[in-house]
Amino acid sequence: MKKILSLGLVRGLIWQVLGTALGIGFVCLVRLLMHLPVWKAEPAVVFGALTGAIFFLIGLGVFRDWYRMAMGQAVEEMPDESGLGWIRYFGVSLDHKVIGIQYMVLALVLMSVGGIFALIFRTELVETGMQFLTMIEYNTLMSLHGMVMIISILVGIAAIMNYTIPLLIGASDMAFPRLNAFSFWIAVPAGLILLSSMALGGFDTGWTGYPPLSVRAPLGMQMFFLGVALAGFTSILGSVNILATIIRLRAKGMTPFRMPIFIWASIATSMISLTATQLIGLSFEMVMFQRLFGMGFFDPVKGGNPILFQHLFWFYSHPAVYVFVLPGLGIISELLPVFARKPLFGYKWVAMSSLGIALVGFLVWGHHMFASGMAEYLRVPFMYSTLLVAVPTGVKFFSWVATVWKGKITFPVPMLFIVAAVVVFLLGGLTGPPNATVATDLHLTDTYFIVGHFHDTLFGGFMFPFFAAVYFWYPKMTGRKLDDKLGKLHFWLVTPAFFVLSTLMMRIGLLGIRRRIADYDPALNFQSDHLVMTITGFLIALGVGVFIINLIRSAKHGELATGNIWNSRSPEWQVPSPMPMHNYEKPFEVVGEPYDYGLPGSVYVKFEGE
Amino acid sequence: MKHFLIVAVLVIISTFLVYFGLAHAGLFPAQASTQAVYIDQLFQIHIKLISFLFSLIVVILFYSLIVFRKKKGETGDGAYITGNTNLEIIWTVIPIMIVIYLAYVGAYTLGEVRQIDQSALQVKVTAGQWYWQFAYPDYSISTNELYLPLNRQVDLQMTSKDVIHSFWVPEFRVKQDIVPGQTTELRITPTIAGDYKVRCAELCGASHAYMEGLVRVVNQVDFDAWVKTQQSTAVQDPVLRGQQLVNQYGCTTCHSQDGSQKIGPTWLHLADSKVPLAGGKSVTADKAYLVSSILEPNLDVVKGFPSSVMPSFKDTLDQTQVEAIVAFIQSLK
Repeated sequence: MKKILSLGLVRGLIWQVLGTALGIGFVCLVRLLMHLPVWKAEPAVVFGALTGAIFFLIGLGVFRDWYRMAMGQAVEEMPDESGLGWIRYFGVSLDHKVIGIQYMVLALVLMSVGGIFALIFRTELVETGMQFLTMIEYNTLMSLHGMVMIISILVGIAAIMNYTIPLLIGASDMAFPRLNAFSFWIAVPAGLILLSSMALGGFDTGWTGYPPLSVRAPLGMQMFFLGVALAGFTSILGSVNILATIIRLRAKGMTPFRMPIFIWASIATSMISLTATQLIGLSFEMVMFQRLFGMGFFDPVKGGNPILFQHLFWFYSHPAVYVFVLPGLGIISELLPVFARKPLFGYKWVAMSSLGIALVGFLVWGHHMFASGMAEYLRVPFMYSTLLVAVPTGVKFFSWVATVWKGKITFPVPMLFIVAAVVVFLLGGLTGPPNATVATDLHLTDTYFIVGHFHDTLFGGFMFPFFAAVYFWYPKMTGRKLDDKLGKLHFWLVTPAFFVLSTLMMRIGLLGIRRRIADYDPALNFQSDHLVMTITGFLIALGVGVFIINLIRSAKHGELATGNIWNSRSPEWQVPSPMPMHNYEKPFEVVGEPYDYGLPGSVYVKFEGE
Repeated sequence: MKHFLIVAVLVIISTFLVYFGLAHAGLFPAQASTQAVYIDQLFQIHIKLISFLFSLIVVILFYSLIVFRKKKGETGDGAYITGNTNLEIIWTVIPIMIVIYLAYVGAYTLGEVRQIDQSALQVKVTAGQWYWQFAYPDYSISTNELYLPLNRQVDLQMTSKDVIHSFWVPEFRVKQDIVPGQTTELRITPTIAGDYKVRCAELCGASHAYMEGLVRVVNQVDFDAWVKTQQSTAVQDPVLRGQQLVNQYGCTTCHSQDGSQKIGPTWLHLADSKVPLAGGKSVTADKAYLVSSILEPNLDVVKGFPSSVMPSFKDTLDQTQVEAIVAFIQSLK
């Protein structure tokens, strides 16, 4: 019992419950003193949830070092936590590798929760009519599936970036280790608040939360807004940390064009999340305030405008798509040369294309609103800017196929997922331009075609590269390999099923199935398509289940792999796995190009004293 | 060189196969409006481009994976090729040219889709949770079924009573959101007679899936005849009037008249029965309760049904309309 209570996570959760109760009590007290009816659910619960999140962080101990610094006490600059064992994964750790794994586990937990939501409502869709869900329940699950998955993606890319970036650039940790821990831990109460919306009436708006619908939705809506706004800090503070780390802590000789290509992708991603995330927080807070204080930002009766919300929302949420996919595309570019045994084709072009996508990505949000009723003339410039995204994205594809051309290609499990990622992302990319040209988009918007399109981009741009990255770096984390047979089973369960799923989504969308409907017209004859999609959904879940079992099993029973098992040139593979506490015992210097596979006698890094 | 030739031939073959497949996959619903014709032409351009680009990348990728795989006994790395500036320029400039072409045809098609006919039939569309209402100002008709004459442009001037909805008939291709507090416009020229459904395409709450309405395209003669019958059947009897209203305002989406379970309580045998409430109390469903349930639906929610699903109709219905609806519910005793 004492041991359990000593875990930061458990302490945080207890404090969160206390903090929530205190917050609710405080609101009731204020209302009592103002001679208002004591109980009003909405302000009490919203304030309680907010104080609960802050109490979670206090109870956990995230602020401890900062508090000591403010009091003028000494804090240990780089504490050695290696004696703590597994416990440090359940509390505040300043080690970027621990935080990376914490992120990874949280991403997998959220991914499983979001996936289970999808399985539930997909089962409901097998037959027309409502079977076992009410429409509100359906809408809540569908909306939460979207947002939980989005947060799991943000957490997932944070996992990969946190774990790899200091290793790839030769730093002993991130630039701001305490901020790094804070960024991770705020995602935990945020996720809990988001999920608590289910117990508070749910909400029926989709992950977009458009007002006026979100103004009328049940109380669960507020938990959704608050959870997302808090989770936004993970992105914003995480990206500050990543940019500072990359700018300041690179190894000697690592000039910009000698950085690993994944670093370029991380820079592009972090630039977006640092500057755009505020807008989704802002737009959600404005609806919260409209609900709490009657501020009519989006209420036409009070002179507000519902379409303003969509501008604010998409100004983040479109670039956010590039936040989701740029790291994945970076992983593809990073791993392809290793398995093709060939230099990355056109390194500088690939690096610049990431920045190009990030830049253009800021100018295209209006394409989500072609049918929204925004000023009509705006549709044309947004069409032009959106089409432009195809150019830097094309550069990446051409570079990838040129990289494998005349290689000596092998197919271990990470490479299988990389190939699937390229093809699936290609499908997502090619189904983009029909949404960019306004006239065709008027047919496609708000249909299952869009659902298929973005599942393709997110699976190709995040999911498959994420799997590849975990299979690739797992031996670095644990010193053991993930099981090969289970890995292949995972791949063959997920990949074909996903192709069928997303292709069918696009097909029924073209033929007239709208997004986000709890039930569909039997006259359209899509029961069999829905049945097949549900089956593929379960196959994907099964595959991910195999993956998770593999992760747990191989940590203890996996084949030992302490050396450079992928024969990579990257610095982290030049030292034995798992990585020691503060990374490299001897610093290294960059003396060559990162991907000069096939150039005899060349190396990328040289360790001191070699 | 040999590799390039084989790949080129394979890309061409694959492009034709993919295009053939997509063209015959039956990807689109019927093409039932002038706007649909232009939009489908643009779709065809997209499908050709998709067929080519998909083949280009996938064929080169899989050709490499198969031909350049590491064979048994082979050691060492692949060819040392770090890049080629000319190639990079080519695959940047050609996509830019394709983008400019798509931008041109995209804008052109949008222009054709938004062609305005001055003599278009005016229809005022009102959307609400969860109903469609269509008013024809030229004929002083208001209905919940959209009748359209063949081959004449209709100018839909649309607004919403509550949340955002979206007007979409898949066979007409075009879609437009309907926003409270402002009027949006959609112009359609139907070209094939028949029955269609307008389906709300913007998530609008619990019963979003059921927010569908009949759209009937008929020739001018039938349209004129329909207008005549509509104008002559202004109903006086409150029960019949109530029946019209409950269809018009979408009440029947959630409330059945035959005792079956929908989102809200059924109306069969409802009037004057004892109704258990969510708080544990119960109430007699007399006229006063029925009226208040329409105007303030979340005040006394029936046990077992979710609250804050039904919107208030206080600002939507006037007193006689409410009374007509209550009269209709009472007739279902």
